[in-house]
Amino acid sequence: MQELIRVEKLSKTFKLSSKQQKIERTAEKVRRAVVDLSFEAYEGEIFGLLGPNGAGKTTTLRMLATLIKPDSGDAYIDGHSIVTDAEGVRSKIGFLTSELKLEEFFTPNYLFDFFSSLHGIAPEISAKRKGELFSRFGIDKFAEVKVADLSTGMKQKASLAISLVHDPDIIIFDEPTNGLDVLTAKVVTDFLTYLKEQGKTIIVSTHIFSLIEKLCDRVGIIIDGKMVVCDKLESVCAGKPLEDRFFDIFADYTQSIGGEI
Amino acid sequence: MKSGAIFTIFKKELARFFKDRRTLVALIMPGILIYIIYSLMGGAMGNAFMPDEDYIPTIYSVNIPQSVGAVFDAAELEMTPSKDISAEKELITNGDADILIIFPEDFESKIGNYDASSNTAAPNIEIYYNSSSTNSSMTFQTVTALLDAFESSMTNKFDINNSPNKLFDLATQEDMTAMIFSMIMPMLLVMLLFSGCMAVAPESIAGEKERGTIATMLITPAKRSHIAIGKILALSIMALISGASSTIGVVLSLPKLMGETVNIDGSVYGLDDYALLALVILSTVLVLITVISVISAYAKTVKEAGTYVTPLMIASMLIGLSGMFGSATTNPLLYLIPLFNSVQSMIGVFSFEANVVNVLITVGANLAVTAAGVFVLTRMFNSEKIMFNR
Repeated sequence: MQELIRVEKLSKTFKLSSKQQKIERTAEKVRRAVVDLSFEAYEGEIFGLLGPNGAGKTTTLRMLATLIKPDSGDAYIDGHSIVTDAEGVRSKIGFLTSELKLEEFFTPNYLFDFFSSLHGIAPEISAKRKGELFSRFGIDKFAEVKVADLSTGMKQKASLAISLVHDPDIIIFDEPTNGLDVLTAKVVTDFLTYLKEQGKTIIVSTHIFSLIEKLCDRVGIIIDGKMVVCDKLESVCAGKPLEDRFFDIFADYTQSIGGEI
Repeated sequence: MKSGAIFTIFKKELARFFKDRRTLVALIMPGILIYIIYSLMGGAMGNAFMPDEDYIPTIYSVNIPQSVGAVFDAAELEMTPSKDISAEKELITNGDADILIIFPEDFESKIGNYDASSNTAAPNIEIYYNSSSTNSSMTFQTVTALLDAFESSMTNKFDINNSPNKLFDLATQEDMTAMIFSMIMPMLLVMLLFSGCMAVAPESIAGEKERGTIATMLITPAKRSHIAIGKILALSIMALISGASSTIGVVLSLPKLMGETVNIDGSVYGLDDYALLALVILSTVLVLITVISVISAYAKTVKEAGTYVTPLMIASMLIGLSGMFGSATTNPLLYLIPLFNSVQSMIGVFSFEANVVNVLITVGANLAVTAAGVFVLTRMFNSEKIMFNR
């Protein structure tokens, strides 16, 4: 399979304010969010990034989406460097995270057209795409309702559709089912499976083991910003449930740095 | 793409404001409110300083000579002989009477015998009145004017402008309008344009940042510079609408505010004057929107943006106020200073003394500042520290 995403030794640190230092009980003035992280993702696969809260999953995805810049290292999205060709990267990916919000004043219908136009998509192609996505997610029923008046699930569906307005080949989802009710979560996971069947390359970050087990072909486990394990799901699990394997790996990692679980 | 992104952002920003009735009302309402408030103020001030024409003043007099009484009769002022000076003063203090005039005894013979070159005090008339009462003050002025006229009639050697049907004030309507507009309008325009910019820019930049919606735009392939330009152009249109609404409100209410006594008419300006003014206003709005947008991008919230912009607002008001004194400067170098150049150019246009070169320097300087602001805003949109408060 063709390699569509290649991450090479990505690192990112954040400065800590004195308030953050107090909260995190550390004298360190910077936090190393991601440390020399490398992995690849191939065409038509779902790659899962698994890790505890604060492990660096979201920071990694934000760097891949070019929202923030790495301190060192680089990543190539379908050949486009996130460091030197951010606009090229943005045209290739669909990115969904709970941090990205839709303007509450507008309707899903208006916003779909707006983002479609920003991506430079012809109106007739956009209309067809909108019809498909709105029909799949049931957005038709609330397409003309202002985002402010939508439920969390409806907003997530609208965000999902809008993030895929340009039919990207590479899709990056950060915690795609966070805060959703079971029905909406199922719609999202079914859609990810559908996208995979369409040959899309997907990176999903989550701390939900069942989601990884259900969807992913390969998985990377991040702890303290470092890629501790990265392999095919079967190889990582080695015949055990992913949850058990994760805690084994976590325990080994903690022991290796001389800490306690 | 991707210059189309400018138009897409531009349309979205306009839709955001024009489809939202509350925002639209907020943009247009200042003009309507200014018209209503200024008209009411004009009416109230007129009532405060203009007496009721049907009002019959209560005037008490002591020792009023016949010759003066005749003058007062001719002016249809009724005099009541004084009975108790203290009580009448009390009535004036309480607003129940208007004035008390006390003539010296044998007033006519005293003024007849008075030699102006003798260096002695002239016969003195005492007039008691209450300056806090409009009617008392106006009666005092009327009576004083009558007595002045009476005095002049006794020693009349020459008159000044004693031809009621002849026009001595050679000021044209243009001159009057130029004087008033050049004094008031630059300050008002700068303040109103600033208010218009303040009403839209922080909400669009800091507001989107605060709500997390700007990040959704930043992950599209649209160039950050195009996002900045699209926003600045749309916000400028909105600020212009707000500024125009307020300006129309001011211009329509000015005659009422000035008691209809001053004849001012904006039609004295020609198309070329309005074209120059439009250039100055447009470039001024671009500068203001750009600067406020840059400040708003730095702020984490709309509220914080408002706090940061306040010193700029005060500076703008002071620069606007500086335009009330004197005529426009002729030093072309001073037209390189944003905002100050706008005020000076407006003074020039309103006083019919606009120097086209200086106006063009103003527009050029303002456009240069706008371009620099777009560059800075683009850099800010690229900065994760600023956009994501890292």
